[in-house]
Amino acid sequence: MAIEIQPERAEPTGGDPGLAGAERPWWRRFGVHTGLVGAVAGYFLGHWLGNFLGGGFDRSSLADTNDVALVLGYAFGTLGWLVGLGVFNDLFLMLAGKPVREEPRLLGLQEPGLAKYFRYTLDHKVVGIQYLYGMIVYFLTGGLFAMAIRSELLSPTYHLMGPDQYLMVVGEHGTMMMMMMSSVILGPFGQYFGPLLIGSKRVAFPRLEALGFWLTVPAYFILLSAVLMGGFPTGWTGYEPLATQATQGEDAYFFAFGLMGISMILAGFNMIVTIINYRAPGMRWSRLPMFVWSMFTVSFLQVLAVPVLVGACYMALLDRTFQTAFFANQLGGSSFLYEDLFWFFGHPEVYILALPGFGVISEIISVFCRKPLFGYKVSIAGMLGVGLASFFVWQHHLFDSGINPDMRPLFMLTTEIISIPTGFIFLVAMGTFWKARIRFSIPMLFALAFYFNFLIGGISGVFLSDVPADTTEHGSFFVMAHFHYTIMGGLIFAFFAGIYYWLPKMTGIKLNEKLGKIQFWTMFIFFNTTFLPLFALGLMGMPRRVFEYARNLETLNDWVSISAFCLGVSVLIFVINFVMSMTFWREPEAGNPWRARSLEWQLPTPPPPDNFRRVPVILAGSYDYGVPDPLPVADFNPPPGVIGTAYAPASGRVEG
Amino acid sequence: MSVVARAAALIVAFLCVVGLGVFVAVYYIGSATTQLPIVHYTASNGQVNVVLQEDPQNDSTTRPDWVTYYTQDPSTKQWLHTTLFSVPANTKVNVTIYGFDGCTPLRNNYFSEVQGTLGGTVTVSQFDQHGKEYLTDQAMSVINSWSNCNVGHSFAIPDLGVFVPVASPNAQLSANNLCSSSPCSTTGNPYARETFSFMSPSQTGTYRWQCFVPCGGGFLDGNGGPMQTLGWMMGEMDVVSA
Amino acid sequence: MSAAGTPAVAGADASREPRHGWRLFSIWVVLSVAACLVIWFVWYPHMPPGRMSDSARGEQFDIAVLAVSAAPVIIGVLLYFTYAIVVWRARPGDESDGPPIYGNTKVAATWIIGTTLVVLWLFVFGTVQLVVPAGAGAGEGPSPIFKLAGTQAASWTPGTSDMLQVQVIAQQWAFTYRYPQFGGMESTVLDLPVNTPIEFHVTSLDVIHSFWAYKLGVKADANPEVDNVAYTTAKATGGFVVRCSELCGIWHGAMYNNGTVLSQGAFQAWAAGVQGKEQRQGVLAALPAYALTYDPTVIPQLGKNIVQIDGITGAAGYYYGSSNPVTP
Repeated sequence: MAIEIQPERAEPTGGDPGLAGAERPWWRRFGVHTGLVGAVAGYFLGHWLGNFLGGGFDRSSLADTNDVALVLGYAFGTLGWLVGLGVFNDLFLMLAGKPVREEPRLLGLQEPGLAKYFRYTLDHKVVGIQYLYGMIVYFLTGGLFAMAIRSELLSPTYHLMGPDQYLMVVGEHGTMMMMMMSSVILGPFGQYFGPLLIGSKRVAFPRLEALGFWLTVPAYFILLSAVLMGGFPTGWTGYEPLATQATQGEDAYFFAFGLMGISMILAGFNMIVTIINYRAPGMRWSRLPMFVWSMFTVSFLQVLAVPVLVGACYMALLDRTFQTAFFANQLGGSSFLYEDLFWFFGHPEVYILALPGFGVISEIISVFCRKPLFGYKVSIAGMLGVGLASFFVWQHHLFDSGINPDMRPLFMLTTEIISIPTGFIFLVAMGTFWKARIRFSIPMLFALAFYFNFLIGGISGVFLSDVPADTTEHGSFFVMAHFHYTIMGGLIFAFFAGIYYWLPKMTGIKLNEKLGKIQFWTMFIFFNTTFLPLFALGLMGMPRRVFEYARNLETLNDWVSISAFCLGVSVLIFVINFVMSMTFWREPEAGNPWRARSLEWQLPTPPPPDNFRRVPVILAGSYDYGVPDPLPVADFNPPPGVIGTAYAPASGRVEG
Repeated sequence: MSVVARAAALIVAFLCVVGLGVFVAVYYIGSATTQLPIVHYTASNGQVNVVLQEDPQNDSTTRPDWVTYYTQDPSTKQWLHTTLFSVPANTKVNVTIYGFDGCTPLRNNYFSEVQGTLGGTVTVSQFDQHGKEYLTDQAMSVINSWSNCNVGHSFAIPDLGVFVPVASPNAQLSANNLCSSSPCSTTGNPYARETFSFMSPSQTGTYRWQCFVPCGGGFLDGNGGPMQTLGWMMGEMDVVSA
Repeated sequence: MSAAGTPAVAGADASREPRHGWRLFSIWVVLSVAACLVIWFVWYPHMPPGRMSDSARGEQFDIAVLAVSAAPVIIGVLLYFTYAIVVWRARPGDESDGPPIYGNTKVAATWIIGTTLVVLWLFVFGTVQLVVPAGAGAGEGPSPIFKLAGTQAASWTPGTSDMLQVQVIAQQWAFTYRYPQFGGMESTVLDLPVNTPIEFHVTSLDVIHSFWAYKLGVKADANPEVDNVAYTTAKATGGFVVRCSELCGIWHGAMYNNGTVLSQGAFQAWAAGVQGKEQRQGVLAALPAYALTYDPTVIPQLGKNIVQIDGITGAAGYYYGSSNPVTP
């Protein structure tokens, strides 16, 4: 069943450059350059409008800042960026009753040159690669801020930067990571491989998907623009009422977070509809690869939890611009309201970060153990269980904040319960490793490191869920160690696993193995030497986000800082590897180097524009390793008439 | 693209990124103190004399609605727009603060009590805009900011236990004749002059100081803006080895 | 899902295949027991946050019990993975697949039941440890339900079961402390008597802070216009440090002060002394009446009626406008 606006072509003409007629040169088409023009124009328009509307507010005149102008400037700037990029072109054409311009979408990846990556494009594979580069840039930026933080923490008494700049750096690092990295796996790999893994030629809403990516760019720059305004002093959590008290950098934070939230909602929505409706015949739910299951779960989390964040950001911006009092206690609002809204989003957010990692790693271990995934249904139960339960635990961030005391045992219970489905992931891994034939390729090394890191991260979460123990641990470096282990040790290691695993399929180029192994070992070792001592620091009384600390903790902090610099070097090794491999060495790797059974590896490299010449019929699951005489995973040239009988139980017309 | 073209593009991109990074690091993330001058006070006869003034908001600063402190350079007697100064360790620090700003009540009136000074008092004189001294050298251990208009701001070094309310011109003068151009001069403006002393600690390092009167107009609870910006209503006192 | 699977517990091919399951189990038991013993006898006595108060002792005990509960899990998983990558790695040149084991209901059921039991044990333990030591030093909000036994008295007398009430006022960027039983005197120094039930009332005058007396094992967020109650009993004299543990603006990292636990007599003398001094100086009269929360927009005793000021724009409202309350 497929919902098509245009009829599917009977004979695909992928690869034929004459499809769209005469192509204009890149600078005469819509792209990043026109988007930039639109953004600047929009910003000035919005700023002027804001001055017109809000210039007379007492708040503005007394504080010498006009937050209304800034926020409206950002809003119109983003709108201008999108208009300039050509996002709304099809919409305007349809409104005007004209036929939609035939974008040479079906050329997709085969369109020569780099210009397609700087354009609003409807091919999910191009969007995936755009996400890949974008996410790497965002990650590196956040990482640089982290290096600055650790430099400041080298000494408790000698200060490299002023207290306001330190808080700015802390906030930028945290927000850059937590905000932008929520799509670090779903973006590059989810968008690229989602349709491929389910046997679909396209995503359900390619325009929404591309819009989701192009919203991350203004979000990134708006977040960085806070630096020009002295930063924001609230850290990534943006607690009120401090957030209302802050100067203009806080507007940048809320607006960027809201934009990124919208991006996540769109991406999630698109993915849900694609996975439900665009599966190939034979791709039953019980044959869906684990990565797709994780994307499916995460998409629900995004669609259900992120709107709460967007609402909270909107209310906070109203407090800061039009002097509403949603979060000001002494004027009838409640600071607790913000904490609850934020963490109702915030807890599912960390599972939005963690679950795709589970998915990627599950794929990888099956391939490199040459065994079926142990307990497929258990694994799904784990993902869905974690996703569902993540909505019921958020008060554990608020144990000491003065909430009703009888709530705390309840949330202690739910938080500890969520460790049960998380444990399923380990059960599945351990079962898959039983009597396997393990190959230590680089993706597999990262997968092993993932399990090690996530084990420590997860267990430390149990320590935090215990309310009495949380009295010492909350708001201290113990929490920092916990979430860096789960998110960086989990998600980021999974991201690197995914890159080393999937880059040959995405680009036909494989990353240098030697550098990859060096990167892995340095990253794993220095990651642990950096973050393991933080547990001790937290238990010894060092709060978060401080630039001064007790003098007896200096040695440990120095050890951590030096390790962090070495960790930064290891990421640099990756960057060198990536850049050199992609531009110079270009070691070709076509075909299926990992001998994997999943659908994407059965396609040529890079996949043709519409993925499959004909919609395949799925015959078997992708984890059937070790089975003597296994069925091929799919029939890519099904004879006519077969499709009707092999159809998955779903209503709708059959796609020919 | 040919190998040469790719190499060239790569090198250019790399240099741009490095250049941007260095610029950002040096200009923005570099210490705020490199942009603000630090006033160094050196001891003579085992004492140093630190002289500060706090000014009302006026159009002559970059932020017309922000109140600010100024620090006087001991050698040139110039008023510098900074709140960073250094004193030697283990020395008697004599502080003189000229209060040009009008009165604002403290949020927590406990800070009306003078704490941490030698003798437990401050000595206050008040002058009107014609230079007439209508209060002379009054030693006070409490300046109650809630009973009438007499406290403008405060000066506190919490790590040393020094908490001092800073006197202001009286109510009538506060309402009508405040200084309108920074740095304020004692001629033609009403002001209060307050002196007190404390011993600088023997442990060197940076000690923060702040004001406890939330005077950041337009910011929630008044603690934003100048209250959270170095060089305005908060600063750092470096204690260096003598 | 195909349910065809060889039982995961080894022994099916007893002649050549080593009994992996038993091997793993025995190594795991030995290591776990060793780890638990080390944790309990070597580490526990030195575990943070120490033994200075009953809530700190409780937290120390909790962390140790959690560590003992977690150690076998960590050891089990790490041991398993280490064993797997040593024993089951592919020999060079071996391109074959592993056995097609899709799952094992017994193993999965055991795991699920086992983890559920551990989780339930932790929940029961955690709840008991929360209730028994009166809230475990955590802030319980304005209506606490886990309270310390102690008499609520208008004044505090050493040697009795009177509970000492201490109000912690957090403001940007220092803590001050009020003792209602000593006339409502306020101090920047936190001194406490030993062996006395203490009831902290934590509130804030501006943004969210958090009162963390590390060695006393007390942490309670300070919210404006909210009274957050936490309990503890100090068991040993000595110094401790109070740090702010919720980001509250620029000097959050520098917002700390020292405190001391004194003998009851010494504390009584100190508090009475401060009260007397503040009374003489007129500070006591200048403070607002003791209340559980303070509205920072209300400035009393201005020589006029109580004035309500718009909190959005700073302490004095329209500071430079004609409605400036201090304008005569």
